[in-house]
Amino acid sequence: MACELYWGGSKQLELAAFVDNELTGDARRELEAHVAACSSCAAEVQNLLRLKNSVRRAAAQRYTPSTEFRRRITERALPRRRERRWAMVWAPSLAAVAIVLLAVVWVLQRQPGSSLTATRSELVDLHVAELASANPVDVISTDQHTVKPWFEGKLPFAVNLPDLAKAEFTLLGGRVVYLHQSPGAALLFQYRKHRLSAYVFQENTKWNIGGAPGKVEHQDSFWVETWSAGGLRYFVVGDTSAENVDQLAGLMRSASEVE
Amino acid sequence: MNTQSGDEFAELALPLFDSLYNFACWLSRDRAEAEDLVQETYAKALRGFASFARGTNFRAWIFRIMRNTFLNSRTGLAARTVTLDDDQAGEVELAQATEETPESLYFEQSNQEAIREAVEDLPVAFRETLLLADVEEMSYREIAETLGIPEGTVMSRLARARKLLRTALQGKVVRT
Repeated sequence: MACELYWGGSKQLELAAFVDNELTGDARRELEAHVAACSSCAAEVQNLLRLKNSVRRAAAQRYTPSTEFRRRITERALPRRRERRWAMVWAPSLAAVAIVLLAVVWVLQRQPGSSLTATRSELVDLHVAELASANPVDVISTDQHTVKPWFEGKLPFAVNLPDLAKAEFTLLGGRVVYLHQSPGAALLFQYRKHRLSAYVFQENTKWNIGGAPGKVEHQDSFWVETWSAGGLRYFVVGDTSAENVDQLAGLMRSASEVE
Repeated sequence: MNTQSGDEFAELALPLFDSLYNFACWLSRDRAEAEDLVQETYAKALRGFASFARGTNFRAWIFRIMRNTFLNSRTGLAARTVTLDDDQAGEVELAQATEETPESLYFEQSNQEAIREAVEDLPVAFRETLLLADVEEMSYREIAETLGIPEGTVMSRLARARKLLRTALQGKVVRT
């Protein structure tokens, strides 16, 4: 028995879309409500589901390639192969070398000073991840008075935002990030076509940042400036220019000094 | 091709080997031809890998290569001559199973062979759409991308494919 709306009706294709998991939002809710009340549509959904599952059971992995053919493709048609065989022979010795190297790196990491670079490159990673993200900020606002309170309760310290009225930077927003398991504020700024990040964390002496406070340094093709003030550790990261990063760092510094 | 993009290609293409082979068999209905199809698809994809936009859908891209390779093969060209009037969206004659039809009967596991035959008998345009949806579990958008047709056509082809399948399965039960 046909139903005027879905089965046999104008929205017939929606039944299939529902079964194919393509129906979303209101359309999905409407159909679900309808199916709950209309027995012919409910039966049709059942039938479509059963058919879909039957086709999958009957057709998926129906044909499996012969070992000979698999070998022909994976060994000859694809470029990986030579390295693989090479890897099988050399893997044990490479593993040994890798372990030695890891040990060396670990010892070096424990030397004071080197964790500075480690922390910086982690910061650069955070910045790059933000630039690559579809949602680089969790609070979207150009208004410092929206962004600052957003961090309240999310971080164990207050984040002071610079007054950008006379600056060429615009605030895009902020989000909470973690550095060595400590929560901090990430602030995203726009400068012309570029985006720069400022990060604020609670100062942690174990990070052993050292280095030259207030001096812009180059790290993985980014400029990084870091300093400590009022128990907080600040970083500014950007790829525009050293001056630019220093400008934003200056603005951040004056903001933290005001309050 | 440098080693790095070769590695990247293998990393993306190798996990799809079994699916591509299965799909090739379903398209060509012949194992020897399917092997040629898979081999040619990998060769073409590897050669054209530079033109693949990183971050876009690799699966849709390589399935599309396979499907176009098939359509230009002898079997594919023959299959293409089957005329389709599916593209006038909205004019699709929709499945209207009668209420007495105990459809559940036809879809039991024991009827797998019947289902296989019915899928094999579908015209290629319906067969490929149905398989991409039900076996590869691609979204309508991915199917549209793979087949180079609008999403609306994906929906109408699926509806037609399923209707043909149901009719064929009912026929089988009647015959036996």
